Amino acid sequence: MKIHEYQAKLIFKDNGIPIPDGQIAFSVEQGLNIAKQIGFPVVIKSQVQVGGRGKAGGIKLSRNEQEFQKSAAQILSMTIKALPVEKILIEQALNIKKEYYISIVMDRQKSKPVVIASKEGGIDIEEIAKRTPEKIYKLYIEPEIGLLPYQARMIAFNLFYDASIAFKVADIINKLYKIFEEKDASLVEINPLILTQEGNIFAIDAKINFDDNALDRQPEIVKLREVTENEKKELDAKAKGLSYIQLTGNIGCMVNGAGLAMATMDVIKKYGGEPANFLDIGGSSNPQKVIDAFNILNSDKNVKAIFINIFGGITRCDDVANGIIMALGKLNIGLPIITRLIGTNEQKAKEILAKSNFNLISVSSLSSGAKKAVELVT
Amino acid sequence: MSILMDENTRVIVQGITGRDGAFHTKQMLEYGTKIVGGTTPGKGGEKVHGVPVFNTVEQAVKMTGANASVLFVPAKFATDAIYESAGNGIKLIIAISEGIPTMDIAKILPYLKTCNCRMIGPNCPGIIVPGIGKIGIFPTQIFQKGNVGIVSRSGTLTYEIVYNLTINGLGQSACIGMGGDSIIGMKFKDYLELFEQDDETDAVVMIGEIGGTDEQDAAEYIKKHFSKPVVAFIAGKSAPPGKRMGHAGAIISGGDATAETKIKVLKHAGVTVINEPEEIGKAVRKILAI
Repeated sequence: MKIHEYQAKLIFKDNGIPIPDGQIAFSVEQGLNIAKQIGFPVVIKSQVQVGGRGKAGGIKLSRNEQEFQKSAAQILSMTIKALPVEKILIEQALNIKKEYYISIVMDRQKSKPVVIASKEGGIDIEEIAKRTPEKIYKLYIEPEIGLLPYQARMIAFNLFYDASIAFKVADIINKLYKIFEEKDASLVEINPLILTQEGNIFAIDAKINFDDNALDRQPEIVKLREVTENEKKELDAKAKGLSYIQLTGNIGCMVNGAGLAMATMDVIKKYGGEPANFLDIGGSSNPQKVIDAFNILNSDKNVKAIFINIFGGITRCDDVANGIIMALGKLNIGLPIITRLIGTNEQKAKEILAKSNFNLISVSSLSSGAKKAVELVT
Repeated sequence: MSILMDENTRVIVQGITGRDGAFHTKQMLEYGTKIVGGTTPGKGGEKVHGVPVFNTVEQAVKMTGANASVLFVPAKFATDAIYESAGNGIKLIIAISEGIPTMDIAKILPYLKTCNCRMIGPNCPGIIVPGIGKIGIFPTQIFQKGNVGIVSRSGTLTYEIVYNLTINGLGQSACIGMGGDSIIGMKFKDYLELFEQDDETDAVVMIGEIGGTDEQDAAEYIKKHFSKPVVAFIAGKSAPPGKRMGHAGAIISGGDATAETKIKVLKHAGVTVINEPEEIGKAVRKILAI
């Protein structure tokens, strides 16, 4: 789960990590009032949950009222990577002397958290890693022990020569790890962490992603969730036990199992088609799930054909077949439907589908189903 | 010889009185697995499909001599259940449970190492060794005894590939679903090391997907140390970046995590990479020259 920068900064503030003075605004007028309170110059930052806001023009400095009105109006009318900007963060502009990078992420390869720090901040860390890997400092943390104070100092003294500043940064790294562990984050990132002309340290950007597996024990974090249009559909599906992601193609897919669902999309693409979605109906045989899945596919206007690919294990093919019949009886689906049901009770499933009056195209393999689907939409 | 389980594997089911635990206990027994006991705190003394239930793993191990455990407990209690097994001398844990917090698993793994305990999963279908038994939820009817080892990050996609092997006359020495989470116990390389030692395995099928760099680590190992032929399929070529595709671990979070990168690295290590599941039978027959 992702949250906005301003939400992450509030978590930073609660934990004593220094951030610039600032507040969130939903309109130019509201923003202007905040800017006047803080005092010019201020920075206007669009709040959308994607990277590359700066490059897209979603972050601007304004030195006075006129500049503010122009820039704020412009940013509030922007759409960044398909996400409309609805909120702006107004912050005091600081005198930046130098920018640094600090993050903590769960390293999959080593199965441990890793602290990543660099004297180069403010740009994409993958860029830094590619261009100047020697400028990246990495320290793996033993998860059962946690980050030790000396480790935080080690990282800080790698970035800063001046002891008084290094102590401040070590303190920030300790607090960052506390957030990472206590809030079940999968990523906490300060990019950039800045040193001001006056010798102070601030986190002027903040990013926190959370481990979806741990949300049950993080009710306060779940409250921060802001759902976009697309995510709404995905979360509704999740509440019904389905895993759904909308894509841009026209072949609707209904599959059991995430790996097989991905493979089904891949094979459709291999034969020249475009999948409209990823949809995993999971491991249970409840016919209601099949009905819910049909409802989702039916609500996507791009879908021109539906390919149902089920490999029965725990999921029984006859249950899925019954679900298909019930769904078609209830819903008005005017699209060609290709079915491939194999595995547990496939014979029974074939009989159920054959007995019905619905016009279903039955295929025996993933490849033949994908080919048929592509043929029907082209 | 086979990998991870043999005639001496004695299994307890943690969470045996739950719906899934009871159902799969029956399935595992029917396939010939030595299920010697189960645990559910507070339900000691009961029986599930004739299998005695104990209150604690300590009692279960003492009374049955169990050396492996399979978890059907809800995610909320799964972390504790893993510690309980490892702390009582269990040497192989199969964690079927889905949704265990990542940090919990990261903290458990070093402890498992000190206990000399291996873990398959979490969020996995388990292991099946045709002719010996299965620990987990694999549908048994598609399997057949043979000489192809399979290790996979997926569930039903594995069934699809196993089915194709079986109808092409290629049986399996062992099949493992290692789990769809981002932090898991044993990984591709660990299983490959076991398959390398196993004289019943002549070829290995690897089923990977987007996310992480485990396939790359496996490729590195294969290039340097693995003597048997490997065929791989990587799912998720058509997956958009930044989106979690069902499995918690199936997300493209950087250039290295894409299907294209993994396929390239595996091919470079001499692995045959197929483009769709149905090509598997043909590809394995070709590398085994049959």
